[in-house]
Amino acid sequence: MNPLDTSTKTRFSWLLKMAWRDGKASGKRLFLFMGSIILGIAAVVSIQSFSQNLKENIGGQSKALMGADFLIDSNELANERVQQIMDSLGGVGAKEVKFASMAAFVKNGETKLVQVRGVEGNFPFYGELETEPASAAADYQEKGGALVDATAMIQFDVRVGDSVKLGNITFPIVGSLITAPGSTGIGTSVAPPIIVPFEYMEPSGLLQKGSRLEYAYYFKSPKADLEQLDKEVDPLLDEQNADLDTHTSTSDRLGRRYNNVGRFLNLVAFIALLLGCVGIASSVHIYIKEKLRAIAVLKCLGATRKQTFLIYLIQIAGMGLLGGFIGTVIGLLLQQTFPMILQEFLPFEVEISTSYSAIAVGLILGVLMSVLFALSPLLNTWFVSPLQVLRVQDNIGTKSRKAQIWVVLAIVLFVFLFALWLLENLKYALGFVIGILITFSILAGVSILFMRLVKKYFPKSWSFTSRQSLLNLFRPNNQTAVLILAIGIGTFLISTLYFTKDFLLAKAVVDSNEKSPNIIMFDVQTGQKQDIINTVAPKGLPILDNIPIVTMRMERIKDRSVNEIRLDTTTSINKWILNHEFRVTYRDSLISSEKLVSGAFVEKMPQNGPVPISLADNVARDAQVVVGDTLLFNVQGMLMETVVGSIREVDWGRMQLNFSIVFPTGILENAPQFHVLTTNAPDKSTSAKLQRELVKKFPNVSILDLRQVITLIESILDKISWVISFMAFFSILTGIIVLIGSVRNSKYQRIRESVLLRTIGAKSNQILKITALEYLYLGILGSGIGVLLSLLGSQLLAYFIFETPFIPSWIPFLIVLPGITLLVLTIGLSNNISVLKSPPLQVLRKETN
Amino acid sequence: MAKILNVRNLRKTYKSGSKELTVLDGISFEIEAGETFSIVGPSGSGKTTLLGLCAGLDHVDEGSIELCGVELSKLNEDELALLRNRKVGFIFQDFQLLPTLTALENVSVPLELQGKPDVQKVAKDLLEKVGLGSRYDHYPSQLSGGEQQRVALARAFSTTPDILFADEPTGNLDEETGEKVIQLLFELNKEMGTTLVIVTHDLDLAQLTQKIIRLKGGKIISNQTKTLA
Repeated sequence: MNPLDTSTKTRFSWLLKMAWRDGKASGKRLFLFMGSIILGIAAVVSIQSFSQNLKENIGGQSKALMGADFLIDSNELANERVQQIMDSLGGVGAKEVKFASMAAFVKNGETKLVQVRGVEGNFPFYGELETEPASAAADYQEKGGALVDATAMIQFDVRVGDSVKLGNITFPIVGSLITAPGSTGIGTSVAPPIIVPFEYMEPSGLLQKGSRLEYAYYFKSPKADLEQLDKEVDPLLDEQNADLDTHTSTSDRLGRRYNNVGRFLNLVAFIALLLGCVGIASSVHIYIKEKLRAIAVLKCLGATRKQTFLIYLIQIAGMGLLGGFIGTVIGLLLQQTFPMILQEFLPFEVEISTSYSAIAVGLILGVLMSVLFALSPLLNTWFVSPLQVLRVQDNIGTKSRKAQIWVVLAIVLFVFLFALWLLENLKYALGFVIGILITFSILAGVSILFMRLVKKYFPKSWSFTSRQSLLNLFRPNNQTAVLILAIGIGTFLISTLYFTKDFLLAKAVVDSNEKSPNIIMFDVQTGQKQDIINTVAPKGLPILDNIPIVTMRMERIKDRSVNEIRLDTTTSINKWILNHEFRVTYRDSLISSEKLVSGAFVEKMPQNGPVPISLADNVARDAQVVVGDTLLFNVQGMLMETVVGSIREVDWGRMQLNFSIVFPTGILENAPQFHVLTTNAPDKSTSAKLQRELVKKFPNVSILDLRQVITLIESILDKISWVISFMAFFSILTGIIVLIGSVRNSKYQRIRESVLLRTIGAKSNQILKITALEYLYLGILGSGIGVLLSLLGSQLLAYFIFETPFIPSWIPFLIVLPGITLLVLTIGLSNNISVLKSPPLQVLRKETN
Repeated sequence: MAKILNVRNLRKTYKSGSKELTVLDGISFEIEAGETFSIVGPSGSGKTTLLGLCAGLDHVDEGSIELCGVELSKLNEDELALLRNRKVGFIFQDFQLLPTLTALENVSVPLELQGKPDVQKVAKDLLEKVGLGSRYDHYPSQLSGGEQQRVALARAFSTTPDILFADEPTGNLDEETGEKVIQLLFELNKEMGTTLVIVTHDLDLAQLTQKIIRLKGGKIISNQTKTLA
């Protein structure tokens, strides 16, 4: 046989066999890292498939979500023209009026701000009013009864058969309302829905001027061309201050909203996966290093470079596939729990189904990420000389530098493409990749700098144990960079979560100062104002604000009418400006939440000329006007010429009544108006008592108890942060697994040394101290940088995304930093226990075989 | 008899910092097929380097090596690997068994690389021959040093190589075990007609071979051929 005849190629099955033989004996070393891939994949698959489900559900249930094929809504009853349009569309199937009002439960006198829905007709046409008893949904109109939100009924301890008073009418509660089209999401927590027959709305006395009413006319027309309707009828309705909404456009809007949530969750999962990949890269690096001898032996025996490379590539890919498979299974199981976790934020019950694309993504991702991140160390197998069996060489790395650069580029490209696929936005994907690179670079840079500094300024005078622990940080095969990266990213995520939650909550905190209002009374008619003051004042409660409100719409912006602008497809004026009913006030000064940006605030109406008004900066921006531009308003039928006198910056986050348009005094005083009064109730019982009395005397007045709102905001933020925590948990758990794995790997590196120290007489507490100090340094440094980076990141978030001042919380410094350091310390110490408990030789035999 | 190894004017240097260290200089010798041959010398004399070069594990700086009729400098890494697999066997001082493979799998690997059928049978026969018939499924860590070296012997002879290189084969064994391993090595060598090249500093072991060259400071200081008794 010609010795150089390469035609006899080794079969692929042999490579598989070798990969399996070797893998099964050394798999335990990579088990923890496979764990991190499993978690990352589980996170991605669960979220990916849930997002898919959500999308499908929104699409599939869009009619049920609206309850109709399309609707026409407006802030006022349909005028003649709208009625004509509706008739031309085949006539209304059902109509509804929706508004916020106070409800009083007769049984116990408790009051609550609710969303009243007066319904006429067989609404909904799709989906269902889910009630208890089920028959109540069908006969509440006939019985003249009310369907009351089930949660509110439990909260106020009322049952079917009790009564609820809305305005002047007391309704028997005929059923508890479990779900209803159009009453979904967080809004129902602030004002739970009560459905009553439409015919009782007028006699209730609640449909007064100033009440924020929303009329909706529902249509059942399954064959209608909705796109055509939207295109042709909507502009006609716009002119009448009405809108047409189709079930598809509503579900698209909803889909977009939940898409953003999905994307955010996907990114968190992706970070978990990336973290897992850091673990894979680090473990394979050490794993392959340990295998170099065996690879040299194989080459000695006649294995080619390709064969040895493939053996380990197959091994890693196999582990990735297995990790991907297990991760996918866990992900699909986790997906089942998502509807429970996200229940509060979902508009409907999500039906869970298996998403095959998510399964494919899980499996492909498992293999691809494992191979890609293992490629750099794997390349070393190619360059191992068989001479290694005779003497150790350490010039492997230098030979493969060029290949390593390609690997890094491939990783960056893959991360970018995956981010692009998740975000569907080039700019965001690029931003994400750059952000990840910066964070990783800072963490890696700091760890390298730290190692160099320790090396350069090594404290020679320190005790033996302290010196040894420091030495461990920069000696060959150290885990400093990997551990700092893993600890740093985990801490970064969890701290950012705390910082963000805290500044959002800080924004919502109500001043406990008795001069700050905590009860707001809306929809107060001019005639009721004095009576209300007379009710509140004798109780020793101050009237803090007495704000007049006049409603109006824009008729003309500069020299173009809004109808003209509506038809102009090239306009950059925001559409909401054209259709919005503005609630305007008049006063002679700025308030604490306002800051003048340009022009001069005019206190009093001048003798002649147009009315100088003040606009909030967002309105000026969206209406494309500056100081000096003219605006024509339609004040309930009367046209009023105004000029932009000033532009204000408004802190909308402040818990006080802010206005986008402010008129000077001396012009609107006689216009039809209503009022908002505020007071401060020192405690809950005073507040409840006052509310009960006000509802009894002034049924049309809506009362907002800021104390309750804050509690609600807190609970919503708690729920949001719980969801984010749940997702961050994946990253943190992955981080911990990477941490345990890295520490365990470093254990293999150090075990000989610890045993040697033990052999030459080191006491248990000395070895313990060396280990403890090393992990203490790593823990403090990693979590410290993580917290500092998150401080910076949160500040950027606060500034650019939430546009709110950043007030850092102490929790990350007081709890997260020491907590994670302690965790690192515990894991590090627990790994060294075997060295301390057993005789040196036994440990060496066990650990090195 | 045909020459199986022909070494001519061999020179090998290594870089040590900025200095160049000459490890082997002007080495020439040849080995006939079927001969037993030993390379002896003190530590640092260049024995192991010479073995590595002759077996195609490293490249020469100057000179030439012809192994089994093939000029090694003309082969690339993969061709060298193929040549080793088909023509060469190895025994190392520290056994160099693959730690994650059982004794049987270790012996099977070179045959599997050749793509031969029934490798298990051949491997089992060889393990029987070296007295490890009951230890097929044991991993190297579960075997003593002597047993590991016997597995290495079985592996080295599994492909019936033309030439076998042994680097200090008894270096890590006690005297008694070492003697048994050497006895086995020579028995198998005789049975299979393999050319045997032993690198050792053990003169008693070297005396068992037909030819001995002595190295010192990277040069051959004597080239001795013994008369067969």
